Amino acid sequence: MKLLVCISKAPDTTSRIAFTDGDTSFDESGVQFIVNPYDEWYALVRAIELVEANGGSVTTVTVGDATSDPIIRKALAIGANDAVRIDADPKDSTQVAKLIADYAADGGYNIILCGKETIDHNSAAVPAMIAEYLDLPFVAFATSLESDGSKSTLKCEVAGGTNSVEVEGPFVLSAAKGMSEQRIPNMRGIMSARTKPLQVVEASADATTSVVKFSLPPAKGVCVMVDADNPAELVRLLREEAKAI
Amino acid sequence: MSVLVYVPIKDGKATKAGLEAASYAVAIDSNAVAVTAGEISGDAGLGVIGISKVLSYSSSLTDNAQIAKLVDAAANDAGATTIVFSANLEGGATAPRVAIRQGAGYVAGATELPEGGSFTRNVFSGKAKANIEVSTGKTVVSVTPNAFGVVENGGGEASVEGFDAEVGSSKVSFGEFTPSSADGSIPLPEADKVVSAGRGLKAPENWGIVEDLANALGAATACSRPVGDMGWRPHHEHVGQTGVTVRPDLYIACGISGAIQHLAGVNQSKVIVVINTDPEAPFFKAADYGIVGDVFEVLPKLTEAIKQLS
Repeated sequence: MKLLVCISKAPDTTSRIAFTDGDTSFDESGVQFIVNPYDEWYALVRAIELVEANGGSVTTVTVGDATSDPIIRKALAIGANDAVRIDADPKDSTQVAKLIADYAADGGYNIILCGKETIDHNSAAVPAMIAEYLDLPFVAFATSLESDGSKSTLKCEVAGGTNSVEVEGPFVLSAAKGMSEQRIPNMRGIMSARTKPLQVVEASADATTSVVKFSLPPAKGVCVMVDADNPAELVRLLREEAKAI
Repeated sequence: MSVLVYVPIKDGKATKAGLEAASYAVAIDSNAVAVTAGEISGDAGLGVIGISKVLSYSSSLTDNAQIAKLVDAAANDAGATTIVFSANLEGGATAPRVAIRQGAGYVAGATELPEGGSFTRNVFSGKAKANIEVSTGKTVVSVTPNAFGVVENGGGEASVEGFDAEVGSSKVSFGEFTPSSADGSIPLPEADKVVSAGRGLKAPENWGIVEDLANALGAATACSRPVGDMGWRPHHEHVGQTGVTVRPDLYIACGISGAIQHLAGVNQSKVIVVINTDPEAPFFKAADYGIVGDVFEVLPKLTEAIKQLS
């Protein structure tokens, strides 16, 4: 089977969030970038497991400049076979999805796997947009996946629970927790990642939205402490002061 | 500006997420039109929100590809330039498709009404906000559940028109549904109250006191990542960076220290209560109210105090 996994770089969870260029772009100085966790832990690892079981190949695709290369090498170290980087500055979901869809259109991929969202912009839009561009089914927030390449069985999150889903033929999914366990690359993986193919493709597409301003939320006020022997006081505060119950 | 809103239906009525999306649509355009899939009773409860007209597609749809085709056709029919969804699981999976079909810019998870042509949404897992401008003539916007609320404008009955669209066949077949809560009634991402517990509960068999408090409040239950990973609680209850993001009016954290990855999933909650034996637990810095104490003693007392209210 032929699997395509979309991976994106994302700031490490513990990064300081600050902005630059008149609050229009994320301040990357001193920030450690990682593979977006949903892309790595769930989509990529499950794709590798399926190819280990069924044979085939896992290709990763990333939209970004050369600063994405370290996280692409990490994905190769975890076990992807080869990688593609579309050399464009990612602007918004529409542009990124168009670039990936154009690349994937003639690739004959059985499944295109994405993380459910990136931890920076949190839009969760790229996977559905790729599906729409390619006129493919889209299974959102998948928590398990079995596939022989032509027929796939999944579980996915829906309002109030999970649903089992069957899909015939190629499709796009977004992966959520439960799909697989995190894998730490071993030394052999890290060594072989250096020589695995990383193809750089030139392409462009238009964005339809832009961030005009980032801002930080106001700081949280002081936590009001309530005595452990007097939960009734907490209930009173929640009702009368916070109006939360 | 003409606005269309997709309203999910359950048991013939608009869901809470649907009513929120409709309220948002009406606030932008007092003549907003709704589109629904599946049998509805009356106007599905949309008239009181201020929706003027409901385009009712007779069959219920679960495949986002088909829902997207329906909404796309309805938007063309209504001449809509702004299309509103709830940013719940279904809306979040469908709205981006409609944006592509319509050549519209997409704003995911708006938290406020647009102002001066720009939409506000949370980014970096709630650690920052972004103002988004759309450069195309049309906009698709999904509205963060529990951010805008349901607003009744006292409108009359909405007119209901049957609406037919070519939605194509589905290549996705949906099977067995497993509810996440006992009655499946409170999806965690949409819950307005959440009681969450962590390793401080010491063992899975101790969750009774958490569930008692949740039941007394009418809240959904959630957990921290270690608890999900150890299999004490199902994965879908895991709240945090790599799990579910919640935005309730009230989040009560019991025996959770408050690692930054957990906070990323809860910091959009309106009121946060933390109960922990360790006064140095980082969660207290993110909390509105705190109790330093043993959850095994505090929770039953708190549950009793809440029961006294009703």
